[in-house]
Amino acid sequence: MNSSVKERIKSIVGKTNFTDSHEDLLCYSYDGTALLHQLPEAVIFPGNEEQLSLIMKLANEELFNVVPRGSGTGLSGGSIPVDNSLVVAMTKWNKILEIDTHNLTVTVQPGVITGKLQSEVEKTGLFYPPDPGSLNVCTIGGNVANNAGGLRGLKYGVTKNYVLGAEMILPNGELLKTGGKNVKDVAGYNLRDFIVGSEGTLGIITKIILKLIPIPAKSITILAGFDRLIDSAQAVSDIIAAHITPCMMEFLDKITINCVEDYTNIGLPRSSEALLLIEVDGRGSIVEDDAETIKNILYKNKASSIKSASSVEEAVILKTARRSAFSALARKRPTTILEDATVPRSELPVMIEKVTQAASLFDVTFGNFGHAGDGNLHPTCLTDERDIKEIDRAHKAFDFIFNEAIKLGGTITGEHGTGLAKKQFLEKVAGLPGMELMKKIKCSVDENNILNPGKIFTISPRCEGSLPSRREQIKKFR
Amino acid sequence: MTRNLDKLLQTLPDDDVLSQCIHCGMCLATCPTYELTKLERSSPRGRIRLIHAVAKGEIQITGTFAYEMNFCLDCEACETACPAGVKYGSMVQASRALIARAGHETLLKKIIKKIIFRHLLLYPERFRAVARLLYYYQNSRIRRGIHSSKVMKKYFGFLIELDKLAPPVSKVFGNELIPEIIMPYKKSGYKTAVLTGCLMDVMFAGVNLDTVDVLKKLNCEVIKPGNQFCCGSLPGHNGDFLTAKELARKNIDAFEKYEYDYLVSNSSGCGAFMKEYKYLLKEDPLYAAKAEVFSNKVKDIMEFISEKFPHVTYNNFNETVTYHDACHLVHSQKIFNEPRRILNSINELKLIELEEASWCCGSAGIYNIIHYKDSMKLLERKMNHIRGTKAKIVLAGNHGCIAQLKYGALKFNVNVEVQHPVTLIKNIL
Repeated sequence: MNSSVKERIKSIVGKTNFTDSHEDLLCYSYDGTALLHQLPEAVIFPGNEEQLSLIMKLANEELFNVVPRGSGTGLSGGSIPVDNSLVVAMTKWNKILEIDTHNLTVTVQPGVITGKLQSEVEKTGLFYPPDPGSLNVCTIGGNVANNAGGLRGLKYGVTKNYVLGAEMILPNGELLKTGGKNVKDVAGYNLRDFIVGSEGTLGIITKIILKLIPIPAKSITILAGFDRLIDSAQAVSDIIAAHITPCMMEFLDKITINCVEDYTNIGLPRSSEALLLIEVDGRGSIVEDDAETIKNILYKNKASSIKSASSVEEAVILKTARRSAFSALARKRPTTILEDATVPRSELPVMIEKVTQAASLFDVTFGNFGHAGDGNLHPTCLTDERDIKEIDRAHKAFDFIFNEAIKLGGTITGEHGTGLAKKQFLEKVAGLPGMELMKKIKCSVDENNILNPGKIFTISPRCEGSLPSRREQIKKFR
Repeated sequence: MTRNLDKLLQTLPDDDVLSQCIHCGMCLATCPTYELTKLERSSPRGRIRLIHAVAKGEIQITGTFAYEMNFCLDCEACETACPAGVKYGSMVQASRALIARAGHETLLKKIIKKIIFRHLLLYPERFRAVARLLYYYQNSRIRRGIHSSKVMKKYFGFLIELDKLAPPVSKVFGNELIPEIIMPYKKSGYKTAVLTGCLMDVMFAGVNLDTVDVLKKLNCEVIKPGNQFCCGSLPGHNGDFLTAKELARKNIDAFEKYEYDYLVSNSSGCGAFMKEYKYLLKEDPLYAAKAEVFSNKVKDIMEFISEKFPHVTYNNFNETVTYHDACHLVHSQKIFNEPRRILNSINELKLIELEEASWCCGSAGIYNIIHYKDSMKLLERKMNHIRGTKAKIVLAGNHGCIAQLKYGALKFNVNVEVQHPVTLIKNIL
């Protein structure tokens, strides 16, 4: 990107909303993904839709790449800059525009922090369920772009189940408005769902209308420790087979339990091989009945400890502890490669076994946790990016895990997105026709391939330049 | 130059420490400076990336780098938020030392560091003499004249604000009032030692006296070593490790002469820093072992009372109270439940939880002098939350916070009394 292009960008967004200082470029060279980094050419904080539209038009004219970014907590590399790119940081678009208590909707700008959105709507007795681990940091725009899940996915579903409408700036600079407050809307193609999970490759989201539900009247949170991994997995299967749908059913293995306990000091059973954190919620006596049935199932499956949270505060502490699992694992080793292989939930015990097998086959350490009720596991490789040989083995272990997941009828990613980290495996899940269709959609929306190119898949002939790579390869400023 | 730089870079923590951050971003939500700018470089994650880049030679020590490192409050809220246990505080303090050596400090900071740290903190008599002069100034007609003069306000507005920010100097200093050894009423408690501190002693002598009073009422022997110094936290947190270490050694020498169970601190900054002497001096062959012993005996007054006297009964206190967590209590020393436990055990006292209680008030050592405007934005946010509680009294366990909150109550017109928790306890014990 030459200086005259930069000047034109500056004239669109204003001097103060543009930066290309070395310090800033470094600070936008990463997101939450391990190993991958690349420097952008510049970073902007656009002020309104018109500016974004002009930027897109300029990008098509000058052929630079545009990479949208929220809080940068993504785990598949979706917001890491690519070659010759301009990072569009949406963090300042953080207004909740309207909470509609009659239609049970909330209209927000994309930079609103998910946790903040939740606490605001809860003040009016409403509830926005999707709760990714990083909910206190991540933006709702990022959640929509990646169709984020969370702990409560089991009962309440994921982000896509709550998006009623959205607006986004298309790569050609036009503003697309789709959906609205209608509960039912079948006019034309369902473009709304097409935005959800598009990972910033089809447009930059500028406004979102979300569905809300009444807040559950009460909940019971249960914590159960197991001496054998397999028993915990069986308990999960039995609970689902008993036709109970808890709002969450979370699994942590021994390494994860200990790392989380090191951080939180809340008295988790350190010697347990596995831990299940289960929550049931709803109205009336059904909640207690379900909790009782669950406890019986846990007991039958040889849980070594079963306890219920005695207060709402204690339940919050337990859930917060669970959300810290990924980062807490970094206590063991400096690099944590987190994946989210997902299988039909009946296959969970087999999948847990396969992760253990991968660890011993390739001589790497895994911490394993995840949304057991969804069959969504987070095998996390504990490694050190400075040890290139070990990183190679880790990649091989993940190849193995992804292949096994696919064999079991699973998928390579349940909630983090494909991004850069998993694109090489996408074809195995999507199939060739699926891949071709996705690429055709991308090419027809984004003719010059300027918006977040190289993510999800590669358009051939490959034209997005060098893609983000290991930190050591970052160019030095001199 | 390169060799020189390499030597400078050794000030920074090694690669293992720097690599521990996995840039997950969990710290962003709790960082006050990120909240102010929404810029990644004003976040702990961004700053660590920059320190890493400097250590690797990817960037030079630039003005922006220096600015960001000093823009950080060093409140360590990110350390509480970090599941990976990254020691951010030590990285930033080391980078500040690096910046100072590379000559990238602002003039104001250079002056403060040179005059206050090197020439006053190391010489308690000089420090008290200056405080004495300040006392006479604060109570003089000159000050009133300056504050009411429109001309002065126009040209020296900032200095006048700083003048207002400085809490009134006590008439008599705690150091002169507290005898070296106070025997308990009944010999059943612990042998405690106290650090009268630098600012606490001249500006909040009353808090020191209250602390001694509370310890006495708890039947503890109180020892106040004569030849003691400032704890060194101000220089330490601002990258002047030379002065900090010198002060640490002097204090270890002063306290070593006495036999005591706990060094009870009433100032979170001092308490946190004295608990860190063992890390500060770990490579000092003469002092490493002594520092370990010294640090392990340090306890904050709230921690001490909550742990050792959990069943003490207080007189009734019928008032609404809210509690502001001083950063170096809650984040550095992880003391969160202890003061709440004590306050909840007081009959009739109504404790109202403060929203964002563990957010920095903007005082942060000398931050409110060097970054006055940013500090005021944080203070305004804090005062709005305090106003929201409608509490009569706000408690804070650190002199910096107390001074800042008092100033905030005036500036933002909040009707609240600012107190140290130990003062409240003294009145009802």
